[in-house]
Amino acid sequence: MKKISFAAVPRLGALLALLGTAGLGAQPLDALQVRSLAASCAACHGTAGVAQPGMASLAGADKAALLQKLRDFKAGNAPATLMPQIAKGHSDAQLEALAGYFSALKPQEARP
Amino acid sequence: MKRRQFVQTLGGAGCAGVLGLGAGCASPRGGRPQVVVVGAGYGGATAAKYVRLWSEGGIDVTLVEPEAQFISCPLSNLVVGGSRSLADITTPYDGLVRHHGVRLVRGRVARIEAERRRVTLVDGAVLAYDRLIVSPGVDFMWETLPGMAGAAAQENVLHAWKAGAQTLALRRQLEAMPDGGVYALSIPLAPYRCPPGPYERACQVAHYFSRAKPRSKVRVFDANEDVTSKGALFKKAWAERYPGIVEYLPGHKAVDVDAGARTLKFEFHDDAKAEVLNVIPDTRAADIAVQSGLATANKRWCEVDFLTFESVAAPDVHVLGDAVQIAPAMPKSGHMANQHGKTCAAAVVALLTGRAPNPAPLYNNVCYSFVSDTDVVHVASVHRYDAAQKTMLPVPGAGGLSGAASALEGRYALAWARNIWADTLA
Repeated sequence: MKKISFAAVPRLGALLALLGTAGLGAQPLDALQVRSLAASCAACHGTAGVAQPGMASLAGADKAALLQKLRDFKAGNAPATLMPQIAKGHSDAQLEALAGYFSALKPQEARP
Repeated sequence: MKRRQFVQTLGGAGCAGVLGLGAGCASPRGGRPQVVVVGAGYGGATAAKYVRLWSEGGIDVTLVEPEAQFISCPLSNLVVGGSRSLADITTPYDGLVRHHGVRLVRGRVARIEAERRRVTLVDGAVLAYDRLIVSPGVDFMWETLPGMAGAAAQENVLHAWKAGAQTLALRRQLEAMPDGGVYALSIPLAPYRCPPGPYERACQVAHYFSRAKPRSKVRVFDANEDVTSKGALFKKAWAERYPGIVEYLPGHKAVDVDAGARTLKFEFHDDAKAEVLNVIPDTRAADIAVQSGLATANKRWCEVDFLTFESVAAPDVHVLGDAVQIAPAMPKSGHMANQHGKTCAAAVVALLTGRAPNPAPLYNNVCYSFVSDTDVVHVASVHRYDAAQKTMLPVPGAGGLSGAASALEGRYALAWARNIWADTLA
């Protein structure tokens, strides 16, 4: 019987610790939930936040700046085509978890 | 599962040590867990990739697909309209193999035996699985249009609702049509694959006519009582961009087709003849899903548990994409199938490694439609799991439409395509 090795462990572990102290309220999101939530962004922003040309990459973004942007979209303070409509579907805790997740990922060149 | 335990699992303590053999990550039959995915469209290809990614290569994935390459339905109306080629919307499958170690089998599944946890391909090959993911797309309900029975009728009157040879054939029919001719499009009752797709197609054909054949007409015969998606935006495009070209006729449910005479027959209205007749028949979950007993809703769509996409009819069998009996306000779209794929992949990896699936999935749908060769409108929505109703529901206050068509959104639409193709296939 073979083990599944989880190479991404340190990153997820760190994120988990981060989320544990992030004050997300009564029902903190666990790391795998956040990973799934973040994957819902990937159709436009690339797998693991590494986007193809023409869309913003999120991997390695500054957490505070990304979170502010998402909050501005949600509050209607950042005019855009559809991101305000998407951001409004997320709780503040989810937006914070997303900003934390993407900022912890490594920015990379997208595969052509 | 306790958080500490979860961290230990991730930390490499291994499934056997932490969770015990029965709930560990080995296949219940011994050896590495085996996932078989049927169909490499937006749903299946995404699921295959993400099971590999999220198991860190610990789960073997075999992807069964009859087609040699991925041809996107989204953007295929641009090929019909003539502003893009089929090559522009085609992506090879080899990225899934090279980058993710997916085992790709070119073939078609003939039989699913859920009780024995195996599938048999048309060529006789047998694939055993621990979990099966079925993402077969749709097939057409030809029985609702008696005159469309037979190959001759189906070669003459095209659907072009699966991108590929039919897309090109429809383009050739439009090119061959003399100026002054009529292109007629028949739209089935909802639900069908890609709600805004037919109306986008009307725009693309009208755009082509406006440039190349300005005396020609586009007649849209819709079985529905009104445009089913982005209605005001499409009507504005037809009125302002293509005046005198597009005629929209709601409440026209086609009940038969005379393929030889290229004539549509309706329940309540006079027959309509056209030089190019494009009929989108009613759709249902593809044959393999229906034959396997997965299409539990009216023998048409497959009911699933939206936390895992596991079929309500067959344990260890998951169904994704257009074949699924949709939740309220959930469109049958490529983008949605991609989201199904990831939600299902996360659940399958969790279940095969002894963890509980995510109890609160949340994901979005984004759909761009080209109203010309450059200008685009979108509809977006966010969907979350409702534990009380056990389904996905749109999040109130989220989602919406474009204010107006724009070239900016045209560029976003093309970037969306590049990104979702990469997220699904690269």
